[in-house]
Amino acid sequence: MTVAVNPVQTGEPVFYLADEHPHPEGYSTSLGFWIYLMSDCLIFAMLFAAFGVLGANYAAGPAPKDLFDLDLVAVNTSMLLLSSITYGFAMLTMQQNKIAQTQMWLLITGLFGAAFIGIELTEFAHMIHEGATPQRSAFLSAFFTLVGTHGLHVSCGLIWLVTLMVQVWRYGLIEANRRRLMCLSMFWHFLDVVWIGVFTFVYLLGVLR
Amino acid sequence: MSPDLLKLIFGRLGIDSLPLHEPILVGTFIMVALGGITLFAGVTYFRLWGYLWREWFTTVDHKRIGIMYMILGIVMLLRGFADALMMRAQQALAFNGSEGFLPAHHYDQVFTAHGVIMIFFVAMPLVTGLMNYVVPLQIGARDVSFPFLNNFSFWMTVGGAVLVMASLFIGEFARTGWLAYPPLSNIGYSPDVGVDYYIWALQVAGVGTTLSGINLICTIVKLRCPGMTMMKMPVFTWTSLCTNILIVASFPVLTVVLALLSLDRYVGTNFFTNDFGGSPMMYVNLIWIWGHPEVYILVLPAFGIFSEVTSTFSGKRLFGYTSMVYATVVITILSYLVWLHHFFTMGSGASVNSFFGITTMIISIPTGAKMFNWLFTMYRGRIRYELPMLWTIAFMLTFVIGGMTGVLLAVPPADFVLHNSLFLIAHFHNVIIGGVVFGAFAGINYWFPKAFGFKLDPFWGKLSFWFWVTGFYMAFMPLYVLGLMGVTRRLRVFDDPSLQIWFVIAAIGAGLVFLGILSMLMQFAVSFLKREQLKDVTGDPWDARTLEWATSSPPPDYNFAFTPVVHDNDAWWDMKKRGYQRPLVGFKSIHMPRSTGTGIILAGFATAMGFGLIWYIWWLAALSFIALLAVGIGHTFNYHRDFDIPADDVIRTEDARTKLLAGAK
Repeated sequence: MTVAVNPVQTGEPVFYLADEHPHPEGYSTSLGFWIYLMSDCLIFAMLFAAFGVLGANYAAGPAPKDLFDLDLVAVNTSMLLLSSITYGFAMLTMQQNKIAQTQMWLLITGLFGAAFIGIELTEFAHMIHEGATPQRSAFLSAFFTLVGTHGLHVSCGLIWLVTLMVQVWRYGLIEANRRRLMCLSMFWHFLDVVWIGVFTFVYLLGVLR
Repeated sequence: MSPDLLKLIFGRLGIDSLPLHEPILVGTFIMVALGGITLFAGVTYFRLWGYLWREWFTTVDHKRIGIMYMILGIVMLLRGFADALMMRAQQALAFNGSEGFLPAHHYDQVFTAHGVIMIFFVAMPLVTGLMNYVVPLQIGARDVSFPFLNNFSFWMTVGGAVLVMASLFIGEFARTGWLAYPPLSNIGYSPDVGVDYYIWALQVAGVGTTLSGINLICTIVKLRCPGMTMMKMPVFTWTSLCTNILIVASFPVLTVVLALLSLDRYVGTNFFTNDFGGSPMMYVNLIWIWGHPEVYILVLPAFGIFSEVTSTFSGKRLFGYTSMVYATVVITILSYLVWLHHFFTMGSGASVNSFFGITTMIISIPTGAKMFNWLFTMYRGRIRYELPMLWTIAFMLTFVIGGMTGVLLAVPPADFVLHNSLFLIAHFHNVIIGGVVFGAFAGINYWFPKAFGFKLDPFWGKLSFWFWVTGFYMAFMPLYVLGLMGVTRRLRVFDDPSLQIWFVIAAIGAGLVFLGILSMLMQFAVSFLKREQLKDVTGDPWDARTLEWATSSPPPDYNFAFTPVVHDNDAWWDMKKRGYQRPLVGFKSIHMPRSTGTGIILAGFATAMGFGLIWYIWWLAALSFIALLAVGIGHTFNYHRDFDIPADDVIRTEDARTKLLAGAK
């Protein structure tokens, strides 16, 4: 924003900007995306609340102790945490304008993310095979929905990641692409934080219960 | 064709899904079809499709999107009100052994559709439309933060409305009441498509609402013109900000609740079932955690409108601006702490009930502060009783009554008697009609000249006003009486003949409101015909106080040729008082967002996906979803979404206005 001058009445109060520059493109994007993330956070908050209410309603079916394999969950958690670190590396190399390295780190992030989804699906398949289906009890409904919604978010993140890699490949690290990578970064770390909640409240406390 | 193949192609949609055996629906369908064909033919004959597509459907201009929201709201008002008339007639007739004219199956859909439509597709579009139109102008901005998203949000709202309307003729709507409580709304008790229509209509529209909330928050936070600090924002902008914060902080809750209900219905999970550990009361809690903020989402912008109107038509600065802002913020926060008062009868115990009863009563304090601020603004003002002011005064009288019955209902023991009675119905119509609807009408009458360059006709406007107000009182005061006598809501037939007189009075009241609506439509038509006489070239027909009146009516695409600089709460009043001279030279090119058809296409696919899911037409749902994804991602490959309005065009527009203004003097 430049200094405001009123060409008609110099010395009088200034009522408009004679010489202005439009807001830069993406001026509101990070705020908007942040607010979106908070609304998404509420979605998870509600699913956590539902799990909190229904999490002990086993309906004479399997309980967390019978189902959760904490070793597998630990491996899975490390996949997601590592992917967050590698995404951080992607952002660092992006700031240094190194396209190839950025792409490489994005690819590694994607592979970690895909591994996370793969392990999660294996876990789900195993549980369902044992008869612990989402229909079996309110606890399992809430479990599958909360963890599944998180997994769905990671999957969306993966699609987004691939899209952005294509866009970086085609158009380079232009301002718009940097902004998009920044948004995905926020999204990715956000999912990491949510997973910490899932890991703690669903798995760890679940096994303790 | 084999039944399996038919099922694959059409899901559970068949010839028997069409309500051919219901004469009322067939008649309505014929009327709607005739109207639709006439409209379609007219648009084709006058070759308006291209114009509509280019200038309206694909526009990202917040003003045009705002106007489209208003049109959606008014069209859906006609549908929602038709439902209201049917209910009033049914209840007035169904006495002394008569079953009335609506079978139970139909009547239950009517009261559900009435509630859903009036809240989601009348009140919300009217409120969002006014915010969309007015807020960027009030803060001296060129558009909203995310213009494409704005267009998309609007079309998603339309998509939801389309699904609700489709349920009238293809299949049926929910028979559960407007919040679709389980276990009734679960698959065991509502196996038909009704609840699925409900779910997907609200989910599709809900996406639009949430995104439009994010958009307007960003707009208000980031795009205010220089000098406009938070405490110099017009009150309507303040209430809009709070409303949109409420939207973003509550609609995700609705999304989750409906998603869980769909999982119960589609997948067979046990969130809200009676067995396997499910909890129907969790649904009731969750949906009201959205539902109570929702009523403030609707009424806060109305409070903002009344503030603007009162101060303009009293010719005075708003009394107690700071307290008005704080009252709004306090209401925003408190609205999250009262949800349980909708079901004191759940039996959560005396302590919980008293907590929620007290928080509920506390809300009346900031609201009361607002009421006094308006009164003191009027005190010793030079009040002009133009239409917006008339609606405002009707609001003040009506809303106080509704507020007091609300405080009465906030007392848990009283609520145990009045829960789900017609007293409650009278109460919330008292605040929603008296607050939101009167507010929307005040806003329409107030800002119409800004949007179209001519005022609305006062004669038909006053006629509409008096029909509405007297009709409202006749329709709902008897309901208070009936509620106190213990009559519960949603009844179709009555045994006690002594009650009939009250229902007859209420039906007459509804008839008067109907005349009010007709007068309003007449008002629009007459005003359009008399637009030369009602014309306003100054851009400031009411001698108003805020920035939207500083530009021409209708405003140019870019709103302001130069971004205004603000020194006072009543920025435009301050400019007028201190001898502001409209700039005549030095115009530059202006950077603006470009129109795009992506929003309407995406919303179309979302609606098709909803339809596929409702009818179990899985291929349609899957294809639409893939298309949604593909078009959405494709859109992100377009990096050139802006263009510059050349300086010559700006000069031409502004010079034309200079000539008009010179002619007016």
